[in-house]
Amino acid sequence: MESLRPPPVRWLALDEEGSAARSTATAEQPRTQSPPAERQPARVPAGQNGHGTAKSFAGASRRQAQPSQFAIDRMEIEDVSIAYGQKLAVKSVSLPVKQGEVLALIGPSGCGKTTLLRSLNRLTELTKGASLQGRITLDGADITTIEPTLLRRRVTMVFQQPNPFPMSVFDNVAYVLREQGSKRPRKRVLERAVRDVLDRAGLLDDVSADLDHPALRLSGGQQQRLCIARALAVQPEVLLLDEPCSALDPLSTQVIEDLIVRLRDDVAIVIVTHNLQQAYRIADHVAFMYLGELVEYGTVGAVFDSPREQRTRDYVSGAFG
Amino acid sequence: MVTEVLKQETRPPAHKGAVESSSTWRRSDRVGLAVCWVLGIGFCAIAVAIVVFMLVQGIKYVRPSLLFTSPTAGFNESQTGGFLDPLVGTVVVALLGMAIALPVGVAVAVWLSEYGRPFGLARAAESTIEMIAGTPSIVLALFGILVFSSPVVGFLSRTSGHVVYGRSFFAAGAMLSLVALPLIVGSTREGLQAIPSHVREASLAVGKTKFATIRRILLPSARPSVVTGAMLGVGRIIGDTAVIVVLLGATLTLNGAGHAPVLSLLRGTGSTLTSFVYENAPTGEANQPTKAYAAAFVLLLMVLVLNLCVDLVARRGKAATWSR
Repeated sequence: MESLRPPPVRWLALDEEGSAARSTATAEQPRTQSPPAERQPARVPAGQNGHGTAKSFAGASRRQAQPSQFAIDRMEIEDVSIAYGQKLAVKSVSLPVKQGEVLALIGPSGCGKTTLLRSLNRLTELTKGASLQGRITLDGADITTIEPTLLRRRVTMVFQQPNPFPMSVFDNVAYVLREQGSKRPRKRVLERAVRDVLDRAGLLDDVSADLDHPALRLSGGQQQRLCIARALAVQPEVLLLDEPCSALDPLSTQVIEDLIVRLRDDVAIVIVTHNLQQAYRIADHVAFMYLGELVEYGTVGAVFDSPREQRTRDYVSGAFG
Repeated sequence: MVTEVLKQETRPPAHKGAVESSSTWRRSDRVGLAVCWVLGIGFCAIAVAIVVFMLVQGIKYVRPSLLFTSPTAGFNESQTGGFLDPLVGTVVVALLGMAIALPVGVAVAVWLSEYGRPFGLARAAESTIEMIAGTPSIVLALFGILVFSSPVVGFLSRTSGHVVYGRSFFAAGAMLSLVALPLIVGSTREGLQAIPSHVREASLAVGKTKFATIRRILLPSARPSVVTGAMLGVGRIIGDTAVIVVLLGATLTLNGAGHAPVLSLLRGTGSTLTSFVYENAPTGEANQPTKAYAAAFVLLLMVLVLNLCVDLVARRGKAATWSR
């Protein structure tokens, strides 16, 4: 499926002005749907707050003009290597994950982004033959010392394919709020909490009339927002997003990107994306991975505008990927 | 709404006869197609013939009173009563078999599909289930009589002195549950494996245990498959004759053992519609063909209704699902 979609970045390398490319690139970008006023790129003076000189990237502009006001260290990835059997998927990567920021992991397919993401809440352990070296900490505590179900309530994840559970919208969220497999507390007690979290995920208006609507009958974008609501319900410290928009249409993508930017102050967000423009639109920091290595980590401006590494420059400009 | 309009505007008008005609095919392809047609229609004809024959024969002889009177001894067919007892027996055997096969089958399917460890044991269990599925039920019946005649399980059937009779609803139900088990395991496994792995992970990724995930997400999602397996299993149980004849004693009436209300029935012997038909078939001991046809008609109706339910459940189960 991925291969069928022409990578929009390819054309960008051809034009210096960005004008010819804009018409093509934006055609498949959600930006086309946004009001012109929002099109204006960041009003922040270039270079301020490390956001570099980039005013726009390939027709994409930043979702949020202001960089976040604060950043609290939540997770620390220290020299982590992950192998599947003999195959090394992630090679000694070190990264910080901060609340108040969106961290985007970018890179071509098979570069280990998703593996790294899954290791943050120990989902890699479910894969046979996977092994991890190095240290990942959550608020200073090594995550291997935290009981997995507890860890996964603090570091929740949203997947590429929308995967609401085959029950009502209400129960999807209530299931997460309840203790393990229990059916308590009862519906009435949870109603407020459920509505709250649906509201945070920007889904309440769509579903408030009928919370008993089967979740699998929602649209793809609504399903994905429900999945985000579900992941937010336990009030996690870190939210992991694995290409959350790759199965969605541009309109839904835009709604979810706005949502992500809104959430970044409450929860540390790590997003894996194939879509460079998306990373540009929503991320504060970007980590570029290639063949398991972390090639470059920096602010959006730095990585997209003045990458230090040749490989980053090539990838960002569309020479490969 | 926007999409609706779009669809109507951009969709090309329906074009009849768009399907390529087989008259343009090579001869070998046309012959193949013809063979498929003949075979397909042939099978349908056979099935229809069986059903129509049984329906016609059955309707001729079936009387509502037959359903409510017990079989009795008599000199001609008007004196020998109906098949109330076999009907009850069929229901009891089906319930008993399901009571064992359903929980065990679902548990085995969950283990095989969701855990599969230790690997060797799981593979062994898999082949065992396949083996049971392939074992003729008369062999199971012989094995059953061996097991249930042992003094250890004497409380499950009639005993006199140290002799354990070994024939009872318990014995028949237990062995028939083995007949239904492979169907339930297979169908449930299929249902579980059809759930994409990211759905499991989604539940784990919000801090749920594997057990909670299985109980609240996976089994409810696989419910249509479980129900389908169970109904196919019931079909097999009520249709089985060998185990019934050997392990239920084939006494035409219900013959309780002991005095406890339900327990005596389950420990006792009896018959089902299949053994009733077997006894009364023109070649059987009782030789009352009209009764046999009537009972077979009722049995056939039960199975047809079951199959219809399977169809309905399967269709409902196809509702909304995840992309992979």
